[in-house]
Order: sequence, then structure tokens, then C-alpha cells
Amino acid sequence: MSTYYNPSDLAKFGNISEWQPEMGRKFFDYYGEVFKEGALSEREKSLIALAVAHVVQCPYCIDAYTSDALQKGADEAQMMEAVHVGAAIKGGATLVHATMMMNKAKELTM
Amino acid sequence: MKSLHAQHHALADSAYQLTVLNPAETVGTSFPPFAGKLRAAGLLPLRPTAISVLQVNVGKMCNQVCKHCHVDAGPDRTEIMTRETMQQCLDALAQTDIEVVDLTGGAPEMNPDFRWFVEGISALGRQIIVRCNLTIIVANKKYNDLPEFFARHGVRVVSSLPHFAAGRTDAQRGEGVFERSIRALGMLNAVGYGVEGSGLNLDLVYNPSGAFLPGSQISLEREFKQRLGREHHVTFNNLLAITNLPVSRFLDYLVESGNYDGYMDKLVQAYNPVAAANVMCRSTVSVGWDGLLYDCDFNQMLDLPVTGNASRHIRDFDLASLEARSIVVNQHCYGCTAGAGSSCGGATA
Ligand code: SF4
Ligand code: SF4
Repeated sequence: MSTYYNPSDLAKFGNISEWQPEMGRKFFDYYGEVFKEGALSEREKSLIALAVAHVVQCPYCIDAYTSDALQKGADEAQMMEAVHVGAAIKGGATLVHATMMMNKAKELTM
Repeated sequence: MKSLHAQHHALADSAYQLTVLNPAETVGTSFPPFAGKLRAAGLLPLRPTAISVLQVNVGKMCNQVCKHCHVDAGPDRTEIMTRETMQQCLDALAQTDIEVVDLTGGAPEMNPDFRWFVEGISALGRQIIVRCNLTIIVANKKYNDLPEFFARHGVRVVSSLPHFAAGRTDAQRGEGVFERSIRALGMLNAVGYGVEGSGLNLDLVYNPSGAFLPGSQISLEREFKQRLGREHHVTFNNLLAITNLPVSRFLDYLVESGNYDGYMDKLVQAYNPVAAANVMCRSTVSVGWDGLLYDCDFNQMLDLPVTGNASRHIRDFDLASLEARSIVVNQHCYGCTAGAGSSCGGATA
């Protein structure tokens, strides 16, 4: 193995079921169900997945959901805005914790 | 941009395209033969069901030079159907009850005998589809009245608009095409096309602007209707999602961008036997600009004519022999059977 991440491993995702078939099956059934058109369209779900893929910084997911979002009819502007939503939440989540820091600091200082 | 033909590009040669699609193992990745997939599904030899559509390609001349064009059409292409060949099409139609005549090109309206031909088909009482690229309507004053002309003959207009975002459409079809297409759609709407209750049908064609497959036709239609309605006050009837086949300029794009293997792999992985049973060549005969007969417009561009004892030219049109033919398939056919399937009428499965 020359790198930790290998693009060809993406196609092997299904193999995770080999060592735990029951849980694997349940996971993939659930996964399939989640991405079906429902109250949200398939394209909206794909854009959420794309944003989350960036937030969790999963190269497999970024690869897969870039293709998927294009396929579902999203354009570049929608895709980049989705990533900004992820970035804003990630940045916001960091910054909102500063209130804890502020509380603690106020507690400890005169 | 010029056609591959005008560039003297290697892929302008259909025999070379077939070599790319069927590489020797030493040269490139070879994908499982499409015929084998049909055999496994009990569909080989592939036979017509009943021929209900005559698709006529009236010429390769076009005002656009789209990057994905499987016809390699453009302003520099001079191959167009003569009135004599059109008359032979009318004669063939008169001796059958083929219900639908699907006119394509190039931009079919650029053929000087286009209106004469439409009037002739209309007089035979057949349903007419015109694959109109939209921009032709605003390309020149002499085409501005096409919406009224179409309406007079109850033509069903089927038009490509690859995306509701201008950038994505222009990337595939050329700078400014989106804006001109929207203007043309407005003119079609103005005479009643795509307007509920008018009986005048205007369908849009979505095809991916890149090396990926189309998504769900229903979801895309909903999205297109919302966006075109809200942002451009344009209405239409149905959206047809069509997969790009690895033929001619789209094949060139795939090879040049390094996407060929990945795209073929996607098509092969997405092979759907239900779509295979519903491929459009089972109900269509395609006529070339010179009157030669093909199983479909893609086979036409690959110079793969009908085989067997079937009639070869529209002047010898014989429905029974054509319905008994076996359809010529090759690796590009994977484009018709991927996912929800693809045909000139959109998804098939
Ligand atoms: S895709 Fe249609 S509009 Fe575009 S160049 Fe080809 S024939 Fe012309
Ligand atoms: S490419 Fe033509 S011959 Fe092949 S499956 Fe599609 S319609 Fe039929």
C-alpha cells in the first residue's frame, strides 16, 4: 500500500459487508433509503452529502458526491454554495464554543 | 469551433471511432461486448418489435457546433437531403401506417426543402416531431416565423437545453446559446407551445454536460420547470433525459479529457436489461441525408447501415423486410441501456 487513500477502494465500499454481513446489509439498506426522493429531492440530498463530505473531509465521499451532484442536475454554483454552508457551520461551530471560553475566562478573572 | 470533419480529425472517420470503441487489448481497456449482454438477456439477435417511428436526418448542416454532437454537425457541413430523397420518404410513408416522423439533423430547418417536407408529411396525417435546437429560430429573420409554422402543422417540438444554468448550457453548446434559447422558448410559448391546454407540445431535452450520466428524469423535470418558470417565465411540457453516447464529438471529448475509460465503465456498470429490451431501434428506422437506412441515428453516424435482407435505401423501403432484420449493435449501445435507459424519447426503463 503506497498511500492510505486509494481511489479504486471507493468501488470496494460494498465489501465491508463481508466481515459483518448483517450490519453491512442494514447499513446499505438504510443508506439507500436515506437518499431516495422524499420531502427533500434527490438533488438536495446529494448537495447535503457533498457539504458533509467536505466537513468530514472524506476523499471518497467528495469524489462520489461530486459526480452524484452533477448527475442529479446540480451546477457548480449550487455545489460551491453547499460547501460554503458546510464551512460556515464548521467555522461557526468552532467560534460558538468561544462562548464557553469566555464564560470560563470571566469566571477565573477579575 | 469547427466540426471534426473540417479539422480533418482522426475521429471524423467512423471506422476509427469503431476502433476506439473496440480496442485491441494491448492498446486500451476493453469492456465486455455489448452483444454478450444482450445474449445473456435473451435479446440477441436484437429484433424490431414493430416500426412506429421513421426518423429522418435531413442533413448535417447546423448553426451550432456543440461539443457533444454525435452528428459532428456544423455550419461547415454541406451534406443535406435533396427534395427527391424527401419525396422517396413520403412515398415510403404513404405505403405504411408508421405514425410518427421524427425530423432531425443538424438543424433540420436549414435544409431549404424543410418546410416543403413538413407540409408533405402533414398532408399524410402523420405526427411530426422536429428536433429544433432553438437558436435557429432567432438566427436569422427568415426563421423567426418557425413557431407559427410548427403550430400550423401541429408539430411536436423537441429541443435541447442541457441546463437551466446559462454557464452549463453554454459550456456544451457555445457562448450565448442559453440566452438565445430562452428568447426562442419565449417565442414558442407566445404561440401556445408548452402552454397548458393548447395541444401544442414543447419538450426539452436534458443531456449531461460532461462525463456523467443523467439523473432521474422526473426530478430534473421538476427542477427545470421551477427554475425556467421563476427566472425566465418559460414553460414546457416534458423533460426528456438523454445519455450522451460515445460517438463522434462526445467520443472526442471523452478521449481528449481522459474520461473515456471512466465513462465507459459507468455505462457498463449501469447496464439495465429492462432498458435493453426497450431500446428505440426496436421501433425505429433511421434515414440518412442520402436516403440510406440505419437502425438509429447513432449507427448512422458510425456508418453501420441496416443488414441482412432488409431494404437498404428509402427508395426501396419495405416494412416487412425491415421488421425482420437483426439490429446492428456495438459498444456505443451501452449508452442506451445505462440506468433508466435512454432514447430520443428520453428514459426507457
Ligand atoms: S447537437 Fe444539435 S444543435 Fe448542436 S451541433 Fe449537433 S445538431 Fe447542431
Ligand atoms: S445505439 Fe442504436 S442500435 Fe444501439 S441500442 Fe441504441 S438505438 Fe439501438
